[in-house]
Amino acid sequence: MTRILTAFRLLLVLALAGFALGARAQLSIEITGAGASRFPVIIPIFQNEGQLPNSVTDVVRADLDRSGLFSLVDLGPLALPESVVPDLPALRGRGADAVLTGSVIAQGGGRYEVRFRLFDTQTQMELGAMALPMMASQNRLVGHRIADFVYEKLTGQPGYFSTRIAYVIKSGTNFELQVADADGMNAATALRSREPIISPSWSPDGQRLAYVSFEQKKPIIYVHTLATGQRRVVANFKGSNSAPTWAPDGNQLAVVLTKDGQSQLYVLNADGSGVRRLASSSGIDTEPFWGNDSNIYFTSDRGGSPQIYRISAGGGSAQRVTFDGSYNVSPRLSADGTLLAFITRNAGRFQVAVQDLATRQTTILTDSARDESPSFAPNGRMILYATESGGRGVLAAVSSDGRIKQRLTVQAADVREPAWGPQPR
Amino acid sequence: MKKLVIPALLSLILAACSSTGTDNAATKVEDRSGAGVATVTAGSASGSGIAALTDPNNILSKRSVFFDFDSYVIKSEAKPLVEAHARFLVQNPQMKMLIQGNTDERGSREYNLALGQKRADVVKQALMLLGAKEAQIESVSLGEEKPRCDDASEACYAENRRGDMLYSGEF
Repeated sequence: MTRILTAFRLLLVLALAGFALGARAQLSIEITGAGASRFPVIIPIFQNEGQLPNSVTDVVRADLDRSGLFSLVDLGPLALPESVVPDLPALRGRGADAVLTGSVIAQGGGRYEVRFRLFDTQTQMELGAMALPMMASQNRLVGHRIADFVYEKLTGQPGYFSTRIAYVIKSGTNFELQVADADGMNAATALRSREPIISPSWSPDGQRLAYVSFEQKKPIIYVHTLATGQRRVVANFKGSNSAPTWAPDGNQLAVVLTKDGQSQLYVLNADGSGVRRLASSSGIDTEPFWGNDSNIYFTSDRGGSPQIYRISAGGGSAQRVTFDGSYNVSPRLSADGTLLAFITRNAGRFQVAVQDLATRQTTILTDSARDESPSFAPNGRMILYATESGGRGVLAAVSSDGRIKQRLTVQAADVREPAWGPQPR
Repeated sequence: MKKLVIPALLSLILAACSSTGTDNAATKVEDRSGAGVATVTAGSASGSGIAALTDPNNILSKRSVFFDFDSYVIKSEAKPLVEAHARFLVQNPQMKMLIQGNTDERGSREYNLALGQKRADVVKQALMLLGAKEAQIESVSLGEEKPRCDDASEACYAENRRGDMLYSGEF
């Protein structure tokens, strides 16, 4: 028995080694368009930051720069300690509208405290101050928190630098469901499979992903707890099971099942129990998205072509939401319920569009041809989506006003099916 | 690394031993490099069928029904194939079939999954009209996820618009 186990173990080691993607795939982000007017800020090195093995302010600067909303005014190697009010008129003379001062204080045992203050150089007012405890290894985490603080103080909206994204990488015949920080760093694989994985959806608490895996030769919905790797089949009915979306309370999912005929919408509890039909139509109903407005937005061809509809999460009759064009799919509602992002076919090209639900005004945000799977940042400012570049699947992000554009690529692999995670709690 | 891998593999073996067959052999492999994310490797089952089903001279070895663009109608040239498989199912009531519907790659993945389901359902309905029992057949969709052909050409798209018939042991 021992010998059999040893041989089996060896086989498994070989299988797993061959199964892993060749390199630790890292997303790299390239900015392809920026806001018309960027807000000039100075983020100097923090006092005593050199005690840390890795920089915090480098992370803050990279986050703010990548957002497309800020330009960084360089102050050289000069630190501005948090304990002293800097010469704000002089900093204004350097072209900065805001300045962040900060200090790193060692507290022994590898612990540190980072204290920082943000000033408006025009009004000469302090905009806010904060102190964060950290371990030396947490420079990225703390940098993202500080960038969120600066972003929120200067734009009035919460930042998204501390959020995570999920996406699927296809490399040859291997599929990996990965989770990374919003800047593409710290990528980690949640699931490896020889069969496709699609439609990841974050639970509102950011701890779990629901997704569709084809590992049993048919689409089955799983809920996967990221920290432990524990997974549970929540829908494996006869036929296809797909398109999970979480209810805002995290207790239920809307899904698409074919157990009673064509693809139709159902709601079930997060443990897979209590399945009930949400709507009945004569055509295809799919791609539900459960909005914070208690409506479920979905794609249906009930009117002859695929269009976006909405229905109350409690049921009732569906209302049509999109009217322009003959192919509008993949709806996603912003957290504040004002904007609907979706994919529209425009002269044969699939592009990201947003509709302002109050005015019904629709704007096409991209000029690419193979866009898929839009997903809002928690603050509604950016939309992450999948597209194609140079024959490869890449991720891209566009601001909801269409001005700021970024591209996220992984060397030698196809990236698809992005989902922007919630604000960490 | 070794320390982490061996217990993880042991639990994988134990999971495999206690597997019921429908359960996949997924378990967690510790991966400390990521921020609190454990890596799981998905298992998959595959087997082989009966000799007649794989004999290239037997029509039963052919498994694909092709569809026109935006169409969910079985073409006349596919009828002998569907009839042969319906006869096989009637004569072998213990055999089960999984029909996988497929689409080309254009458009939304989830919407394509729904379109692939329509193709699989059409094949299932044809087999049932010819005497196969509903309990023998499951129709599912792979959407655009498992293309037989990878180029962005019309010939390739046509190859990918199809329903595939798989028998017990093949899925």
